[in-house]
Amino acid sequence: MEKTRLTAKDFSSGLPVKWCPGCGNFAILSQIQKAMAGMGLPHEKYAVISGIGCSSRFPYYVNTYGFHTMHGRAPAVATGVKLANPELAVWVVTGDGDGLSIGGNHMLHAIRRNIGLKIVLFNNRIYALTKGQASPTTQPGTKTKTTPEGSLDFPFNPARFAAGLDCTFVARGIDFDLPGGAAILERAASHRGTVFIEMLQKCVPFSDKEFDPLKDPQTRDENVLRVEHGKPLVFGKEKNKGIAFRGFRPGVVEFPAGKVPAEVVVYDETSAEMAYLISGLTQPDFPVPVGVFRAVEKPAYEELAAERSAAPAGLDELLAGSDAWDVK
Amino acid sequence: MTQNAPKKNVKVSELNSVTVRFAGDSGDGIQLVGNQFATATAKAGNDLSTLPDYPAEIRSPAGSLGGVSGFQISFGDDSVLTPGNRPNVLVVMNPAALAVNLKNLEKGSVIIANSDAFSKQELEKAGYAANPLEDGSLDNYRVISVPARALTEAALAGSGLSKAQVLKCKNFYILGILYWMYGLPLEPTIEWIKNKFRKTPAVAEANEKVLRAGRYYAESTEIFDARFQIRKRTIKPGRYRNLTGNEAAAYALITAAKLLKRKLFYGSYPITPASEILQVLARHRAQDVTVFQAEDEIAAVCSSIGAAFAGSLAATGTSGPGLSLKTEALGLAVITELPLVVVDVQRGGPSTGLPTKTEQSDLLQAVFGRHGESPLPVLAASSPADCFDTTLEAARIAVKYMTPVIVLSNSYLSNGSEPFRIPDPSDLPEFEVPPLPAPEEYKPYLRAPGTLARPWAHAGLKGYEHRLGGLEKQDVTGAISYDGLNHERMTQLRSEKIAGVAKEIPPTRIYGDPEGDLLVAGWGSSYGAIKLAVTEARKAGLKVSSIHVRHLNPLPPDLGVIMRRFRRVLVPEENCGQFRLLLRSACMVEPAGLNKMQGQPLNQEEILEKIKEVLRGN
Repeated sequence: MEKTRLTAKDFSSGLPVKWCPGCGNFAILSQIQKAMAGMGLPHEKYAVISGIGCSSRFPYYVNTYGFHTMHGRAPAVATGVKLANPELAVWVVTGDGDGLSIGGNHMLHAIRRNIGLKIVLFNNRIYALTKGQASPTTQPGTKTKTTPEGSLDFPFNPARFAAGLDCTFVARGIDFDLPGGAAILERAASHRGTVFIEMLQKCVPFSDKEFDPLKDPQTRDENVLRVEHGKPLVFGKEKNKGIAFRGFRPGVVEFPAGKVPAEVVVYDETSAEMAYLISGLTQPDFPVPVGVFRAVEKPAYEELAAERSAAPAGLDELLAGSDAWDVK
Repeated sequence: MTQNAPKKNVKVSELNSVTVRFAGDSGDGIQLVGNQFATATAKAGNDLSTLPDYPAEIRSPAGSLGGVSGFQISFGDDSVLTPGNRPNVLVVMNPAALAVNLKNLEKGSVIIANSDAFSKQELEKAGYAANPLEDGSLDNYRVISVPARALTEAALAGSGLSKAQVLKCKNFYILGILYWMYGLPLEPTIEWIKNKFRKTPAVAEANEKVLRAGRYYAESTEIFDARFQIRKRTIKPGRYRNLTGNEAAAYALITAAKLLKRKLFYGSYPITPASEILQVLARHRAQDVTVFQAEDEIAAVCSSIGAAFAGSLAATGTSGPGLSLKTEALGLAVITELPLVVVDVQRGGPSTGLPTKTEQSDLLQAVFGRHGESPLPVLAASSPADCFDTTLEAARIAVKYMTPVIVLSNSYLSNGSEPFRIPDPSDLPEFEVPPLPAPEEYKPYLRAPGTLARPWAHAGLKGYEHRLGGLEKQDVTGAISYDGLNHERMTQLRSEKIAGVAKEIPPTRIYGDPEGDLLVAGWGSSYGAIKLAVTEARKAGLKVSSIHVRHLNPLPPDLGVIMRRFRRVLVPEENCGQFRLLLRSACMVEPAGLNKMQGQPLNQEEILEKIKEVLRGN
């Protein structure tokens, strides 16, 4: 297919964007538009499919084919789009409630099949469009309109959910971390099979302070772990901390800056086990890991589905079958 | 027909049609034998109608009453419209099969029993204290005891096959006997055996030998003093094949996609009795068919909607509980006005209900079962072969009007079979597709005059990039709109568009006179039984006619006028009166109902009796 040179601006639909001022979605939108431009396909070869929720407004703001579907069903609709026309770059935009609560079943089966969908799950840990109910990623004890005494549920960890399903591309980004997000999306754009990106995203009205420690220049280096293939898992303002897997139990080790001990893990994104361990690190014992946790090659479902063992027959031959008879 | 002419002097009776029922353990291969018999009758030039009847459990305990599987076939001249009500010949492979089926047998009918299976132990399992083949309790029937096991063993003595392999052949012994009784050719079955067991020639040879042995046994023993000649049918010449309703629906979908020159996408989730459509299509992947076995019913319909958005002819199939799960997505298909065919193979409900038995109880769910104002066309097939025409027509309407369409089939049609006249593809009309304006004039909801269909600019087409969704659209532009007046206009447009599908409906055909004392108004799978009952009633001099309605939403515009020409209207249906409710509200008539909810199809006797009852009340 011909490569085209479009810019992120070309992917703006020009419609007024109706998210709240300060919403983390604006940053993600511009990052994805940039990633699309980087894919080099003409406009008509993109389809953005979403479910229901704040994030799912996304297709209206992108100048491609778009489908704002039903609550939770975006991966299912997108699967049909991709199978019907595998040439399309199909992006799925969903949220924590949409993708992991009402749509959890579709999400896990899309990942199981390794179908070529680029799924970006905006995780703001709250139901925002319905104005503030607990979601499946709401942290324990969080007070919301439906959990006035604090959330009781144990939450999902979306990236770990995907890693546990052997997703062939698992990553986590943060809305305000533009270079980090761009690096993930650029790699996601060329991945074969299912991409699952958890985008941590603050919601101004309902989870405004949720990710402040990851953003505040005073605290962010202690709270964010940047995961990169082939590099040691080191963090901290002084680069004096690292992650070691001691008998499959991750732990934080401290060391003098610059002298990374051998037990600090050199990350391997092709390892399913490492992806599972790293995605499971949570605060307060660990920093929040971001970056590409897993990237491996495996045939995509739409490629397998397109294979045919026989040549098509004519309609008359097909209808006649093998045991027809004539009535004279 | 006379190629297997008997050598000895036996009485040959000529019949219009005959009904044979095979019954045995669900592991006995009853469906296989039944299908072979059906093929042989078809190739001998008979019209036919078949109906398998099997338990919900795959294999109940051997010999138990709950494990009895049946296969009924009616064959003969063109008066064959149903698989028959009461069998003329009952073939039982064990005592349980006899116990289950005897109550439905007319006195004087023939029972062919595999007498080897009537052991003390098997009799007890079926609840018999004494052997009914010997205690005189079947004196009102013509019982033919065939020790099929011993005869099969004798026929295969020295074959080198294991005992289990030998015993598996015994069905073919019985089949051979029936082929002699009805003068049917052995060749189609022998051909089938050779193909089926091509990797094990010894087994193929054994089955063929047993089939022939059965036929010679019938010909040469004294117990058979009669055979039957079935009158030739007088049906339209052409090339035929035997199809079940599910097969017919699957072939219709492939045909539709080929005529439309698009890929077929079929997203479905396994559910009895619709799974066979998915299975048949999976075998035809080479025909530009994408078969997607989804994770659930919702994903099945949603993936199909996605495929329609991307330009495939999209379809999904299910049964009642699955249709319930798909209803939210059907709302999305209605508001986004994408073409979609939904085949609902109805079964006894609600809930899991009677999953392997037939009913017509999803009619109102199909017509009304969605949130909001969400009209869509509903069509119902009237016979197994008609599943082809109805599904093909549904696809035409879906594309021409850009709408989801529901096709109602049911367990009876889906499993039953009849000869299908194979159409010449060049005789089938092309699909009508809404006009697609040039990119600069394109608006997602700019409607075609006449049909009110919006253009189908599928994802991937250059210059037509647009966004669709479940939110209300502004008229013409398709932009999101929360304006109340616009919503009302769009609601009315969607409603008018579906009402306009009535233009596709040909004038309703009346079977019988255009006026009289009683009109029997049917829909769906009761077609054959109603026609037979009305034929009988008319022979008896009653002023009865019938109509059969394929289009259930919108209804044919002429229904009211037709019904008012009759003093009474009777609606037989396998539910509590759903079609009656539709007719009452649409046509202001007050029909009588015949309502059956026994998991079994309505039969002509019941309908005839009701016809007489309604007329007596006049």
